[in-house]
Amino acid sequence: MSSSGARKKLPPGAVILKPGSTEQTETGSWRSLKPVIDEKKCTGCGICWLYCPDMAISEGKPPKIDYKYCKGCGICANECPVKAIIMVPEEEK
Amino acid sequence: MKKFITGNEAAAISAKLARVKVISAYPITPQTAIVEKLSEFVANGELDAEYMKVESEHSALSACVGAAATGVRTFTATSSQGLILMSEIMFVASGLRLPIVMTNANRSLSAPLSIWCDQQDSVTVRDSGWIQLYCENNQEIIDSTIQAFRIAEETLLPVMVCFDGYILSHTAEPVDVPKQDEVDKFLPPYKYPYSLDPEHPVTIGAVGVPEYYEEFRYMLQESVLESRDKILEVGRLFGKQFGREYGLIECYRNDDAEVVFVTMGSLSGSIRDIVDEYRDQGERVGFVKVRAFRPFPAKELVEALAHAKAVAVLEKDISLGATGALFLDLSGAFTNAKRAPLLLNFICGLGGRDVTETQIREAAKTAMNAAKTGEVKEVVQWLGLRETLVGLKP
Repeated sequence: MSSSGARKKLPPGAVILKPGSTEQTETGSWRSLKPVIDEKKCTGCGICWLYCPDMAISEGKPPKIDYKYCKGCGICANECPVKAIIMVPEEEK
Repeated sequence: MKKFITGNEAAAISAKLARVKVISAYPITPQTAIVEKLSEFVANGELDAEYMKVESEHSALSACVGAAATGVRTFTATSSQGLILMSEIMFVASGLRLPIVMTNANRSLSAPLSIWCDQQDSVTVRDSGWIQLYCENNQEIIDSTIQAFRIAEETLLPVMVCFDGYILSHTAEPVDVPKQDEVDKFLPPYKYPYSLDPEHPVTIGAVGVPEYYEEFRYMLQESVLESRDKILEVGRLFGKQFGREYGLIECYRNDDAEVVFVTMGSLSGSIRDIVDEYRDQGERVGFVKVRAFRPFPAKELVEALAHAKAVAVLEKDISLGATGALFLDLSGAFTNAKRAPLLLNFICGLGGRDVTETQIREAAKTAMNAAKTGEVKEVVQWLGLRETLVGLKP
């Protein structure tokens, strides 16, 4: 199990020993479409918050989107019952 | 205590003696009797373990990966198609450094469908990062399986113990079964350093981005190569305690041999007889058995074979489009060597075809002729291959 140099610091099996490392990966940079909320249409039902697979939406009226981690998957826009979320191409922001 | 048992029983008994905590397996011929026996041990209270029934070998090894990650001693067994179905997870198990022990009762691969013995299955997964030990007889199965747990746990690498299906799996012979308290002394309770524990959360199975992936593969390669020392150490310690010592290779009447056989597994027994026969006639014929195929004992083989004039590698597999896999590795071992013998490859015993003494003599004659003339006419020959099929109706 011996290893030399910088590799010595790497745990065998690529085990990550410190929790919370996912926060270091700012997945917002993967986004090509950006969800934008129309505050007038939003009823604050919380469905977008519930469905967001990255927990990048916080509850509220209107909810807040954390663009540092939102990958732009569009599930929120798809699920919004009043169509208050539209997906806008990143380059048009 | 001597017991008259089959290879499958030997494998099951050694897993029980190792006090495995989780077993997950799926039945497949010729291995089935191993996990049947183990499920019996668990059901009647002789073994305190969780026996996980699953729907395929892919799931069986996946369950073992999960179990091993919780830090318990884990065992599975398979053969042939089952092993190939496991192959995806085999790379995961070694990459995650989970010390799972698996028995593989060697069986050929389909198609054509065959339940009989050859070593194509385990040879095919040689690149998976698993240590592979091959057994000559049922005593070696019990001894190597007990050693496998210690090798696995002290290197954090998974280990496969391979033995020829039917020839060993279904054949009974007297075996010295070690006592439980002796095995307990040899195999103390096991603790995995990174086990899954809600109190101390860790991530197992994370993404390896290009900046890290190569380092982890290098570390794995380094560890598999270094495991050779651990196999030797464990083999010595086992010898000290149980009186039967093990290494990476085993040499038989090889010191002054001009022509040397090389093989893995049960064929070794027949080859020893033929070597004795030639020695009685005054011919300098020897034999080297490969016990550890991974890590490949290149240094030991080169040392053991450099003095020979011709080496005949007999193997029950074929790396299609090349040569036999053992032959490929042995040829590679002699790369840049100052002195190398002529190397000949004999493919034999595929799909359960008996390897007869006549065939082994035929290989010996070819190799002796090469030694005499200094020439190899055909590098790869198939023993017992029928050119004309008589009596078979299409």
